Amino acid sequence: MSDLSTSTPEGEASFGDYIALFKPRVMSLVVFTAFVGLMVAPVSVHPMVAFTSILFIAVGAGASGALNMWWDADIDMVMKRTQSRPIPAGRVQPGEALQLGIWLSVISVGMLGLAANIPAAGLLAFTIFFYAVVYTMWLKRWTPQNIVIGGAAGAFPPMVGWVAATGSVSLEAILMFAVIFFWTPPHFWALALFVKTDYAKAGVPMLTVTHGRKETRKQILIYTLILAPVAVGLGFTSIGGPVYLTAAVIMNVIFILGGWKIFKRDEATTEADNHAAERKFFKFSIAYLFLHFTALLVEKGLAAYGLGGWA
Amino acid sequence: MKTEHEIHKRRLGRNVGVGILLAGFVAVVFGLTMAKVTGVGLKDRFEPQRAINQIGIGG
Repeated sequence: MSDLSTSTPEGEASFGDYIALFKPRVMSLVVFTAFVGLMVAPVSVHPMVAFTSILFIAVGAGASGALNMWWDADIDMVMKRTQSRPIPAGRVQPGEALQLGIWLSVISVGMLGLAANIPAAGLLAFTIFFYAVVYTMWLKRWTPQNIVIGGAAGAFPPMVGWVAATGSVSLEAILMFAVIFFWTPPHFWALALFVKTDYAKAGVPMLTVTHGRKETRKQILIYTLILAPVAVGLGFTSIGGPVYLTAAVIMNVIFILGGWKIFKRDEATTEADNHAAERKFFKFSIAYLFLHFTALLVEKGLAAYGLGGWA
Repeated sequence: MKTEHEIHKRRLGRNVGVGILLAGFVAVVFGLTMAKVTGVGLKDRFEPQRAINQIGIGG
């Protein structure tokens, strides 16, 4: 009993604290997009191989989340929104998060290689490296383009899913990547416009802080304009079809109109209605991504009845 | 005593959680192995009769 008297409940991590290191909300997006990437591939995959592949893509994403929390513990401690995370709150030691991140990265890459193929495992390893090292360690604190570059890490999962099924990258996989890549900046910058996070205090060069809110609004509109042809273009590939194309055209028109509305607003109007347009745009952006990938699944499902796709 | 009880509770939760994860990992590896051995890569599976036919031995 003597060892117990030296530790306090605050310093004792619960199982949930370790799970929180993996950023479960980010993981859910990874699972969904990787699942779609794997399912829409033009090959049949054994259900157990598909399940194991997606499981370890998710574990890899969680591992990179733990590495991110380990490295960012100092700024998480400064910002109000992140102060209650397991490391800044003192419930998990930084070294534990590092160990967990490294070992789960190794296990996830190894298991994906065994379950699917080596190219998929290599791509997952690169994704983890990109998020944990390129984004978290190098670019996040250095450039206001951090969100754009970080978006690439979140865009890889459907590509990894596709490669797990087919063994190689194709136009379809690249376009699925591009949809998430160009979607990320407007999604996060809209959030940055209405959530007052103390990035400046933490020394993170957020676009809203470095270039101002007016420029952020302009960038949101620009990215919705770049995103539209990419998202609609995916509809003309082998995994697209009339259902996807219709959904993509409608959603991109709404997204561009939302971006235009945000661009035209001034700060006084925004303050007056408590960022209503920005909040609406952010909420829609989540539905936007979800529905695009769901539409791809619908095309695949319809194909089983001879209805989906362009054939 | 209440503090110690809380610590015990958290440790138990951690141990049970890790135990479930390990059991799950074993189940996944077992399931994957069965899938690989029985279903995937049938064309690569060694079939004595086909080998005999290809090589042209045995009659």
